[in-house]
Amino acid sequence: MVLVLALGDLHVPHRAPDLPAKFKSMLVPGKIQHIICTGNLCIKEVHDYLKTLCPDLHITRGEYDEETRYPETKTLTIGQFKLGLCHGHQVIPWGDLDSLAMLQRQLDVDILVTGHTHQFTAYKHEGGVVINPGSATGAYSSITYDVNPSFVLMDIDGLRVVVYVYELIDGEVKVDKIDFKKTTTVNLVFL
Amino acid sequence: MMIPDGIEDEEKWLAEGIAGIQHNAFYMHRALDANNLREVLKYSAQMLSELRTSKLSPHKYYELYMRAFDELRKLEMFFKDESRHGVSIVDLYELVQHAGNILPRLYLLCTVGSVYIKSKEAPAKDVLKDLVEMCLGVQHPIRGLFLRCYLAQISRDKLPDIGSEYKGDSDTVVDAVDFVLQNFIEMNKLWVRLKHQGPGRSREKLEKERSELRDLVGKNLHVLSQIEGVDLEMYKDTVLPRILEQVFPDEYHLQTLETLLGACPLLQPTVDIKTVLSQLMDRLSNYAASSTDVLPEFLRVEAFAKLSSAIGRVIEAQVEMPIVGAITLYVSLLTFTLRVHPDRLDYVDQVLGACVKKLSGKPKLEDSKAKKQVVALLSAPLEKYKDIVMALTLSNYPRVMDHLDNETNKVMAMVIIQSILKNTSCISTADQVEVLFELIKGLVKDLDGTDVEELDEEDFKEEQNSVARLIHMLYNDDPEEMLKIICAAKKNIMNGGPKRLPFTVPPLILSALGLIRRLQGREGDLTGEEVPATPKNIFQILNQAIEALTTVPSPELALRLYLECAEAANDCDLEPVAYEFFTQAFVLYEEEITDSKSQVTAIHLIIGTLQRMNVFGVENRDTLTHKATGYSAKLLKKPDQCRAVYACSHLFWVDDLDGIKDGERVLLCLKRALRIANAAQQMINITRGSSGPVTLFVEILNKYLYFFEKGNPQVTSAAIQALIELITTETKSDSTAPDAVSDPFFASTLRYIQFQKQKGGAMSEKYDSIKV
Repeated sequence: MVLVLALGDLHVPHRAPDLPAKFKSMLVPGKIQHIICTGNLCIKEVHDYLKTLCPDLHITRGEYDEETRYPETKTLTIGQFKLGLCHGHQVIPWGDLDSLAMLQRQLDVDILVTGHTHQFTAYKHEGGVVINPGSATGAYSSITYDVNPSFVLMDIDGLRVVVYVYELIDGEVKVDKIDFKKTTTVNLVFL
Repeated sequence: MMIPDGIEDEEKWLAEGIAGIQHNAFYMHRALDANNLREVLKYSAQMLSELRTSKLSPHKYYELYMRAFDELRKLEMFFKDESRHGVSIVDLYELVQHAGNILPRLYLLCTVGSVYIKSKEAPAKDVLKDLVEMCLGVQHPIRGLFLRCYLAQISRDKLPDIGSEYKGDSDTVVDAVDFVLQNFIEMNKLWVRLKHQGPGRSREKLEKERSELRDLVGKNLHVLSQIEGVDLEMYKDTVLPRILEQVFPDEYHLQTLETLLGACPLLQPTVDIKTVLSQLMDRLSNYAASSTDVLPEFLRVEAFAKLSSAIGRVIEAQVEMPIVGAITLYVSLLTFTLRVHPDRLDYVDQVLGACVKKLSGKPKLEDSKAKKQVVALLSAPLEKYKDIVMALTLSNYPRVMDHLDNETNKVMAMVIIQSILKNTSCISTADQVEVLFELIKGLVKDLDGTDVEELDEEDFKEEQNSVARLIHMLYNDDPEEMLKIICAAKKNIMNGGPKRLPFTVPPLILSALGLIRRLQGREGDLTGEEVPATPKNIFQILNQAIEALTTVPSPELALRLYLECAEAANDCDLEPVAYEFFTQAFVLYEEEITDSKSQVTAIHLIIGTLQRMNVFGVENRDTLTHKATGYSAKLLKKPDQCRAVYACSHLFWVDDLDGIKDGERVLLCLKRALRIANAAQQMINITRGSSGPVTLFVEILNKYLYFFEKGNPQVTSAAIQALIELITTETKSDSTAPDAVSDPFFASTLRYIQFQKQKGGAMSEKYDSIKV
């Protein structure tokens, strides 16, 4: 059981003062093995905070990030899964599944984690799964109206990944989960 | 049994008492003349018995006491002269203890004791100790008080002080202090108990009497201050704790406060009175915090008023006191006020006002300790009230801050911001915003005398980011008020200078965009009147604000913000406004964004935003898309050109709108992208001698598939087939090395096609003619 925190588009301090208090109290150091962040933190203080939660931190560059040296895309292997990470402003049309699927094929990953739209989504398509953890602070988006703060926790266990999405709705944290399974390690087709 | 308030009775009893004293004194005098010790003792004891009465008020008792006191002087002279009575002082000390009743016995003992000490036959400290303890035998408040008063009076000049003739080897200042303290302590205890004692009489009378006796008790403190050996150390470590301990043990009342405060002005200036008062108030604060039952008592004794005026007097009197001392006092008073009277904002403001007065007319604070204390003073209300709005109503708050130097001003401003963020306070009116920005002005603009060179970059960033975060705490649901808030914030921010604007402008813009979204569709009031809060008006304000970023200059940031505004204008159906924002963005791109990497990102943002626009008419849209594709093709690196151009293909095909599905222009973009990819491939051939990766071709293939599936008639299966062949050939060619990126990419693309072919239905049919 490997826990991976996926979050992004915090937009601190341009669009939000901080993570919601209820999220902060849930995110405790030492419980998570990896953090993957889609980008748009935007300042070093957020980077440092995430680092305290887990030292294995992966970030891709969002268009407002203060740090310009984050990579445009990143891939990593966790257990039996290959994960890809990209902020998403580079993939046009923004939020378009087919275009994202193309990126997924290009990165050759089972799970693509991407952001920019501030809208939580988890799509399964021919090539794999695309997950958007939304905006962890519920920041304003020109693309999505009524953004609720959200983040994703993936539990990777063998060939199975359970995706937990945490959303702050009217002051309460709601949790939902989705299951994904790989058939074999070689044949990257999802059921 | 309740005895009615009979003044006539008291006068009668006093008269009787005085008569009794005179009567016995007469006989005592005769015995003195005759040097008859036995008779002297007998009549003096009888005389002193008059002091055993319980019938008199302290005021009257005092008169009686004074008569006895005069007589005891004569007695003392008699005791002193051994030749007259023939008994050694040691024996005399023993002898008087045989007196029948305790009160006379003790008065006599004290008198003898005085002589004993003078004789130096025993160490002064031993005798004093003995006496002060013996007096414990009288627990009646009035009688005990006066007895101890007598003891204090006769021992005054016999204290083993430094330079005193009574200082022996073993006698130290400590002993003197111990004695006086103990006497004081006991007197204090008795005085407190006066409240419950005595015949029934009116409350006011009782208070008056206690107040009179208070001075009596307080005299001990005066004596303490006269003891030359009492230095600051001793005062702080020995004297003060014992006094304070006495004043506030659990069972005692607040009324002892009066005693102490009354005595304070009597103390010498070398005594660290501010420490005394500070510790006193701190103790009181803790006491108040310990239980809510205690609070009414504080109100009853008007503790705040008393402390406040006591502090005022002390500060006035001690002109030499350094400023840090005065401020420390105010800090303690404020802490006290916040604990005991948290609802009395006027008290809080009063304390701040007193501090302002003290700081007025002087140059800005330089002493670092004093500065720290001012920060503590200003932080206290924030911590207590948590809601910043309370602190914003304190009129003296900004005035105190004005007296801080720039550095400390900023420190305090950060404290204020941290408080707001921590408590997630909401500042919801434009007026409050103004006051707040006045308080934090040190962060928001360069104050006079700030040396810009000295700014530490990390610190500066932290400060500005804090201000940025703060902007999100300014909020009101009502759009009109919210607009006023935004305008107030903008006004303050715009004076910040080029270094601050990149931090403070974005949050302002985004906050305003949130307001616009709430107002979407609003042209004016329903009545047809012009209201200020319409999207159009707000966009004008935003335009100004983003323009200010050109002074920094921050073209990339400005471009992003223009695009955000363009999208918002699109949602509000304001075509000219959206067009204007796009124009601004393009101008920045053309003139200011010169770095290749930045250009790539910028053009993608422009394309991405433009792709989503549905407000433009044909002409406007054409102009903008033309520009976008033009710039895409002019990027420096070929692969970047290629990718930007095929991204532009999406400008001509938008799923939602039937109007924008221009298959031809899509194909034009894709073909152009192909040409660029080819050129890129050739270049690599020439410069490196081998074929470059075919990734670009695979990307373009994927785009072909995209539009093929969407039903673009211009994208034929033949074209796709040709592209597949091309890539296959390229990949298998001898001069191409296997590529970790393009090979799996191509493979998964082919697999995708296969998947679609096997899907069934319309999709299968489409893909039927494509062979993989």
